[in-house]
Amino acid sequence: MVVGIKDGAKLAGIVIISFCAVLVCTMFMNYQADIAGIEKEIISEQVRIFYQAQVATAKMVSGLSGGCLCLTSAVMLLFFIKQYIDTHKKELGILKALGYTNLKIAGNFWVFGSSVFLGTGLGFAGAFLIMPYFYRVQNLEELLPAFPVRFHPAVPVYLVVIPTAAFSLLAVCYAWIRLKMPVLSLLRETLSDGRKRKKHGADKEGGLFLEDLKRNTLRDKKVLAFFILFACFCFSSMTQMSFSMDELASEMMAIMIMLIGLVLACTTLFLAITTVVDGNKKTIAMMRVFGYSQGECTRAILGGYRPVAYIGFAVGTVYQYVLLRIAVDLVFRDMEGIPEYEFDFPAMLVSLGAFAVIYEIVMYGYSKRIRNISLKEIMLE
Amino acid sequence: MIEVKDITKSYGSGESRFQVLKGISLTIEDGEFVVILGASGSGKSTFLNVISGLERPEGGRVLYSGKDITSLSDRELTEFRKENTGFIFQQYYLLQNMNVEKNVKMGADLAGNREYREVIRAVGLEKKLHKYPGELSGGEQQRVSVARALAKKPKYLFLDEPTGALDEQTGRQVLDYICRLQAEYGFTIIMVTHNLNIAEMAGTVIRMNSGKVAETYTNQVQKTAYEIGW
Repeated sequence: MVVGIKDGAKLAGIVIISFCAVLVCTMFMNYQADIAGIEKEIISEQVRIFYQAQVATAKMVSGLSGGCLCLTSAVMLLFFIKQYIDTHKKELGILKALGYTNLKIAGNFWVFGSSVFLGTGLGFAGAFLIMPYFYRVQNLEELLPAFPVRFHPAVPVYLVVIPTAAFSLLAVCYAWIRLKMPVLSLLRETLSDGRKRKKHGADKEGGLFLEDLKRNTLRDKKVLAFFILFACFCFSSMTQMSFSMDELASEMMAIMIMLIGLVLACTTLFLAITTVVDGNKKTIAMMRVFGYSQGECTRAILGGYRPVAYIGFAVGTVYQYVLLRIAVDLVFRDMEGIPEYEFDFPAMLVSLGAFAVIYEIVMYGYSKRIRNISLKEIMLE
Repeated sequence: MIEVKDITKSYGSGESRFQVLKGISLTIEDGEFVVILGASGSGKSTFLNVISGLERPEGGRVLYSGKDITSLSDRELTEFRKENTGFIFQQYYLLQNMNVEKNVKMGADLAGNREYREVIRAVGLEKKLHKYPGELSGGEQQRVSVARALAKKPKYLFLDEPTGALDEQTGRQVLDYICRLQAEYGFTIIMVTHNLNIAEMAGTVIRMNSGKVAETYTNQVQKTAYEIGW
């Protein structure tokens, strides 16, 4: 077997993202299914508006968060498979040379779907632990008749079984496509790398080496730039949204959003930066051998991602404002007692300050890691 | 002048501890061409790493013109390598996402060398400036690595089995480039190899065995890359 369970388990990012997605979606989908059971009991027009707002919120939150996080998990899964194939080209080439078919090798990649099963399973179980409290908070003023948490078999099918199967299938298909190359291209990895890079076009003439390296590092792994952007987007949107949620919804919602945002942001950021540093080990080691300082290596390898991170923060700020504006103006427009929503400038400043501090601490930690990369390490690979 | 005094180095701990270098002392004069000869596992690469400042010894001292580099901090050692040394390895270690010119600029920028294209021309790669390492043959890649090392104008050039991954003709060509450039720039060469024939090109040969210097001798006549056997 080419890919082991251990390789699948390494995909902590997918586990955490799918956990967050299914946690949120399960709560809102289950709530939506349970609340539908009391629709006939609603007589008052005011309560019906509240009911409809609750249903609309549940649909919007589960659709948006589930959709976005599902897409991110898929991108992350494809990225990890591509990276796995790139780093194991020689072994895969040898298997192909021995006569294993692409499909036979790709078939083993189903284990990457196990990370989705783990994440969705935990998310589903976690949601059921929180749901009794969540239901109470959603109907704190007891406008709706009380209803218990019920188990709906369709929910785990939609949120655990189908995603696991779909992601496993996606992993196998993607691996099968990626493996469709001549055996020699897999064995002579540098040749194919060189050819691929040519598509990016020629390097800028006369530029400084460190500037060129910074640009190339960013350009070579665009998907990592996306993950860093996504991490900062999550941090910005979720933290700012949680400040506003405290007034618009409940304290529980605010805490939940804050926690999910922080977990998603930190996990994605750590994974992306670790991949950047690990993927550039040889470059860093050679730079250190030649006499480039730790600071110069850090700036060249990680410096290019700083603007991306702040763009992610800005996009997250706009996103959370637009989302809450839509929710207040469209979904809750007929509801009484919903406070006026305005852009929370102080919250944005606090979030930006916290973001800058956390981001720089993370970068400082990785610069220490860069310092410890030695030539011996790459020679032993 | 490099003075090596009673260098020791071991790897591992407890019962698996293995002493790689067992008290090596020697002197290398500036501008010399020194070959460190030895079988696999004799400690020659570790010795090269220690005297070049890539690794720290457990005991002993390495002095460059009287300055002990074993007592330098990491930052000072980096600065020392930046100003004094160049490296060429068997595996080239070129940056795969940078073209030939940018790989050479990696060394040139450290020395503020704007004439780095001269070195590229000297190794015969002026027509491949915009090629990526993956598009070059093994010999061409090693020549890029030679140009990268020399573009930073090192006082000391360290080579670890530079022809180990090359065929005879390409190996001779690379060695010839290095020797011609040494004659032009005057740097000191310290080369590790297991190839006895290459040792005939050197002025001084240090033969290592089991972490010790077994023999040191000088060649009366230094052969060229095309005169030695292979």
